[in-house]
Amino acid sequence: MAQFTKANSLYEWLDQRLALSKLWKVLAAEYWIPKNINFLWAMGVVLVTMFTILVISGIFLLMYYKPDTKLAFDSVNYTIMQEVWFGWLWRHMHAVAASVVFLVIYIHMFTGIYYASYKRGREMIWISGMLLFVTFSAEAFSGYMLPWGQMSYWAAQVITNLFGGIPFIGDDLVVWIRGNFYVSDPTLTRFFMLHVFLLPLVIMMLIGLHFYTLRIPHVNNQDGEEIDFDAEAEKYKAGLKKESKVIPFWPVFLSKDFFVLGIFMIFYFFLVFYHYDFAMDPINFDPANPMKTPPHIYPEWYFLWSYEVLRGFFFDVGPLSAMDIGLIAFGIANVIFFFIPWLDRSPVVAPAHKRGAFFYWFWALLIDMIILTIWGKLPPTGINAWIGFFASITFLLLLLVILPKITKKEAQRAGGAV
Amino acid sequence: MRELKILAIVIFFTLVTYWGVEPFAHSIMHPHHEPATFKYEDLKPLNKKGDPKRGMKAIVNNGCVGCHSIKAANVPAPMDPVTASASYGVNPPDLSLAGALYDEKFLANVIVNPAHAMKLDHKFGDNKPFPMPNFYGNAQDLADIIAYLKALAKHQQLTPKAAFINACGRCHDMKYDNWYVIGPKPKMDTELEKAEFNLKHAQYQANLKNYLGTNPPDLSMYIRSRGEEYIRDFVEDPQKLLPGTAMPRVGLTKEATYQVIEYMEKVGDRKKDKRNFLGAWVLLYFVIFSILAYLWKKQIWKEVE
Ligand code: HEC
Ligand code: HEC
Ligand code: HEM
Repeated sequence: MAQFTKANSLYEWLDQRLALSKLWKVLAAEYWIPKNINFLWAMGVVLVTMFTILVISGIFLLMYYKPDTKLAFDSVNYTIMQEVWFGWLWRHMHAVAASVVFLVIYIHMFTGIYYASYKRGREMIWISGMLLFVTFSAEAFSGYMLPWGQMSYWAAQVITNLFGGIPFIGDDLVVWIRGNFYVSDPTLTRFFMLHVFLLPLVIMMLIGLHFYTLRIPHVNNQDGEEIDFDAEAEKYKAGLKKESKVIPFWPVFLSKDFFVLGIFMIFYFFLVFYHYDFAMDPINFDPANPMKTPPHIYPEWYFLWSYEVLRGFFFDVGPLSAMDIGLIAFGIANVIFFFIPWLDRSPVVAPAHKRGAFFYWFWALLIDMIILTIWGKLPPTGINAWIGFFASITFLLLLLVILPKITKKEAQRAGGAV
Repeated sequence: MRELKILAIVIFFTLVTYWGVEPFAHSIMHPHHEPATFKYEDLKPLNKKGDPKRGMKAIVNNGCVGCHSIKAANVPAPMDPVTASASYGVNPPDLSLAGALYDEKFLANVIVNPAHAMKLDHKFGDNKPFPMPNFYGNAQDLADIIAYLKALAKHQQLTPKAAFINACGRCHDMKYDNWYVIGPKPKMDTELEKAEFNLKHAQYQANLKNYLGTNPPDLSMYIRSRGEEYIRDFVEDPQKLLPGTAMPRVGLTKEATYQVIEYMEKVGDRKKDKRNFLGAWVLLYFVIFSILAYLWKKQIWKEVE
């Protein structure tokens, strides 16, 4: 039985009942982070902030948004953008945050790959992160449909159509997803539900899971050094702060993150006020019109690389049609990153510049994905189709063949050296 | 310093990606076109001097007021918009501001051969005559009409909204500013009035569709979906940007075009000034925030580094 004595302050009263100081210690004041890290380790806190902005601005939008194909466009572009007090600001903040959050996610992911932070006990961190990526993608896709503009409609039409390529159940699946034979009112209403309830709920739970997976292995550091966190924490607590290799989450780690966050916010709000077209495609300010196909249909920038893998295979091979090959490649592209911890066959945890061939592989992957992203937006004609094709093949080879190969060699070398 | 090097790399790849998906991709998707000159060089200039005092007579003699109203000269519309659209496909515009809206050379040509000046020869011809007849009067009459219209327009002020309503409002709704092709929607109390208004609007739209083959879009948000530059160049010569389109070349002067654009911006991007103003303060806030955060960080890290 716990001991309850008369409390001298409200804090003490609560502390006796909720163990606040212990909770704070566990979560922040004695949650240990390596000292040897750079600002790339602040991206997680930036992501939490962006998600918070999305939730808060989303709630404000939700008070006036109408999930009905007849009302949606005007509720966003007239009611929210013109009538509601600062509605335009919430909308710009929401739309720009939705786009910028993916930039930060990609930086976060590539940081993980560069420093090999997905192995030696950190596999679950990586997997929960990938689950977040997939759910965020679904969240962004469903949100993009809501203003019911031309791109909302046509992107939904094209993407839901993809499920038709799944053998046997494809056609039924498309109808099931759309709630109708074509994208229409029931589609909008159900994506609205996904966007404002189910997916945000799942994201919040996944963020919890992601943090939980960090507890045991702790975050990695700039040199991939294996740190005895208990011993280093004792040193820190004993006052050897300079000698210890770790710092507490609060206040030391966060004090740096706040600074990074401040710089990031300058960048973010600059985009919100002065440079938003990249996140709010002008074409989407034309109301959805099922009778009028836009000359160019493309997804938001963060989906372009996988979209290009889908389009890259533009000719039939034997019994397989171009469409089928594209779909298979697209399917692989969407799940392949989940398997990075096992495609990398080497036990070495070190930054890429200390891993020989892996270093070149890393930059090749990054550049290839940027090429896929750019060519994913261009019309797939002439030379562009071939560039897309080679970049898609390169992408699959890099992940499925080259990565296991070079890391296996690395493993042999490491085995020999030790 | 290592962190700055990393930052430079992150910024570099972000900018390359941005450049590729925005300026570069758009330059390929929307091939470059020459900006509007407002010279209407394909048309023949008017080479007679007109007398404004004789203009009104010429207008009456040539039958213009059988279709057009000239409210500034107390000439009422012969029909209401819906009836007019049933006869001509579209409600003929009021001519009070014509002298200020339209380029002089264009005005002369549009009176003489409207389908040709509007670049709609591909839609109209002998078996489908354009609703406004060609002008077969004498050249002096033409010059007088134009001189009169110009003098008349001088006495009025051309506001952005008036420019839009006169030049575009017979075909395009602007519902975020309560403009409809049959006129502004009045305050209505009964369901019957609302139904009547909607019926008239639907009838007009049906006639327009019959005439043009398609319904001109509501332009409320077009300033955001197309942008100033596109609208300017499109209005000057629709066929250049959308070959085969049913939208006529309207023949506006440069000033009138910018008035129209100003109006579209006022309606479709009403918060622009607020946005630009507030932006500076929010950025300033985060600059100060960052400086304080940096000082705090330095102080805290002194103990551990
Ligand atoms: C039979 C009816 C009719 C008569 C007569 C007529 N118009 Fe028109 N006019 C129209 C219609 C209809 C339009 C609109 C056509 C459209 O927008 O497609 C129009 C358009 C115009 C325009 C606008 C052109 C633009 O660029 O938007 C002007 C100016 C004009 N008329 C002047 C005149 C003058 C001057 C006369 C007399 C010489 C005249 N009209 C006689 C029916 C008529
Ligand atoms: C006689 C009727 C008519 C008049 C007058 C008219 N338009 Fe149009 N406009 C159309 C039609 C029809 C379309 C649809 C064109 C299409 O889809 O091919 C159109 C389309 C447009 C578009 C969209 C082009 C695009 O890229 O899809 C813009 C912008 C536009 N008009 C602006 C104007 C402005 C500004 C004015 C006045 C200065 C004006 N229009 C006057 C008939 C008209
Ligand atoms: C959980 C909280 C969220 C709520 C309540 C919410 C709510 C809304 C609402 C009501 C809209 C329609 C209004 C509009 O288009 O501006 C919208 C749009 C949108 N949302 Fe969200 N949202 C949330 C989170 C997110 C997240 C996490 C993302 C992406 C990562 C996202 C991406 C988008 C996108 C891309 C749009 C379209 C924006 C536009 O075109 O203006 N949302 N959201």
